[in-house]
Amino acid sequence: MKHDLAHMTIATARELLDRGDVSAVELADAYCARIAEKNPTLNAYLEVYDDVREQAKAADTMLAAGTRHALTGIPISIKDNILIQGKIASAASQMLATYRASYDATVIDRLKKQGAVFLGRTNMDEFAMGGSTENSAFGPTKNPHDLSRVPGGSSGGAAASVAADLAVAALGSDTGGSIRQPASFCGVVGLKPTHGAVSRYGLMAMASSLDQIGPLAKTVADTEILFNAIAGRDSKDATSIDRPRPPTHDKKLVVGVPRDFLEKGVDPDVLENFENSLAALKQSGVEIRDINLPNLKYSLAVYYVIMPAEVSSNLARFDGVRYGAHVDAPTMLEEYLATRRAGFGAESRRRIMLGTYVLSTGYYDAYYGKATMVRELLKDDFNTVFATGVDCILTPTSPTPAFTIGEKSTDPLAMYLADIFTVSANLVALPAISVPSGFANRAGARVPLGIQFTAPYAREDLLFTIGKLFEKANRA
Amino acid sequence: MISKHDIQKLAALSRIKLTSEEEASVAGDMENILGYVQQIQDVSAQHTGTHVRDTNAPHNVLRADEEPHQSGAYTEALLAATPARHGNYVKVKKIL
Repeated sequence: MKHDLAHMTIATARELLDRGDVSAVELADAYCARIAEKNPTLNAYLEVYDDVREQAKAADTMLAAGTRHALTGIPISIKDNILIQGKIASAASQMLATYRASYDATVIDRLKKQGAVFLGRTNMDEFAMGGSTENSAFGPTKNPHDLSRVPGGSSGGAAASVAADLAVAALGSDTGGSIRQPASFCGVVGLKPTHGAVSRYGLMAMASSLDQIGPLAKTVADTEILFNAIAGRDSKDATSIDRPRPPTHDKKLVVGVPRDFLEKGVDPDVLENFENSLAALKQSGVEIRDINLPNLKYSLAVYYVIMPAEVSSNLARFDGVRYGAHVDAPTMLEEYLATRRAGFGAESRRRIMLGTYVLSTGYYDAYYGKATMVRELLKDDFNTVFATGVDCILTPTSPTPAFTIGEKSTDPLAMYLADIFTVSANLVALPAISVPSGFANRAGARVPLGIQFTAPYAREDLLFTIGKLFEKANRA
Repeated sequence: MISKHDIQKLAALSRIKLTSEEEASVAGDMENILGYVQQIQDVSAQHTGTHVRDTNAPHNVLRADEEPHQSGAYTEALLAATPARHGNYVKVKKIL
């Protein structure tokens, strides 16, 4: 049976499975066959699990017994920093190349209960640090739309797996744009939930006040389905929240645009596409309003103080004693030094040292203390704008389309600037979604673009509403 | 300015061994990045309020100190991940 994987969504697969037109095993086989064909070129998956068929058989048994959850039998990919008990979770690092998870992440536990099928683990920047997957210890992933370009990062493998029809949907993680930027580079939808909306238990910690697990999918509706399956309070993550019931929303939607933030450093094609997107939204009855977020321009600087500070603390656990790589040396201290030297790639080392610097005596107040204060000012900015009746804030997801492999890999600061529009949502703990908005022409290839909506605290519902509206308007 | 000595000290604090070429390249990268993040010093406003968290965000969540899991239930799973063990101990080099 030949399956149309290019148009397969969670919603269509659900219908096919529920009607019995296809079995979970057939669906999983179709994806595995396509992965076998395409993955050697794309490197989206670091590993395809050897028990995909058994998982699918179990899903078929559930279906036969009449148990039908939203994700029963749906094949998805999992980012390599989310733990599945007994399976390797390497965070694309030599440090954990052969590490097998001791337990299931809460998101995995919830998806297992629904009978979702995990196809394999996807490539990423090492420990989720980067915007291109070039920091993977196992080679970069390629953008399915143009093999000379990066898929974005750090969830580049996740985005590529969805874009190339190697999974129906994917789980990624987002600390400063790591779901949304690759989603935009690969032409798929990516959601960074409210901090706390999804349990971080079993996600390898990078920067705990910023990290969130979230879905990548082909449509906003699919993103919503996957989010609903993983969201909610978890006793194993003290920062997780119950999902508040959203108020009904029957007035005209208002989208705020921080115009002055778009003046510098944005690619002309991205700007033109952004204006077209605004026009399409207006056409479908959305009010567009200019807004001012005075401290938004500092968000990237704030991020590159707070994030490495948390990274330097979180990555201290990789010491060659409890798990992962271990290099033998004459003394304990030398073992630490040698293990961390061998296990961490250049970007991880850089951020650990940067974090150590901004937290050290003498620099703490000027860097970490100040950044924490500006972060609070930024939160106030967002709250002030939302208090005026703005429902969502809109920017491009990334200032440029996908860049070429190698283009920015020798200049860390240039790579960081790709996060300029995405980091603020993590700093202020708000939900944000990237939705495909069109294409830019680059050397004969059509390279995807995306726009990003940011909503008030715990208002993912607004992102889904306006995201669906935009999908429809943009298709017209 | 970040001196070579600063980098060596940071590397030691970070428990990472660097070659001298790496010390030079890390110093250059850090100069650039710190030069960029320096702009937060331009913010003159002070955040006057307390650090207000969103009202529905959890705060100081604590678990009741009761119902511990069965002793040893996870010992084997966790020890299996260690690079070296001695019975139910994690084996390390002599510290003192």
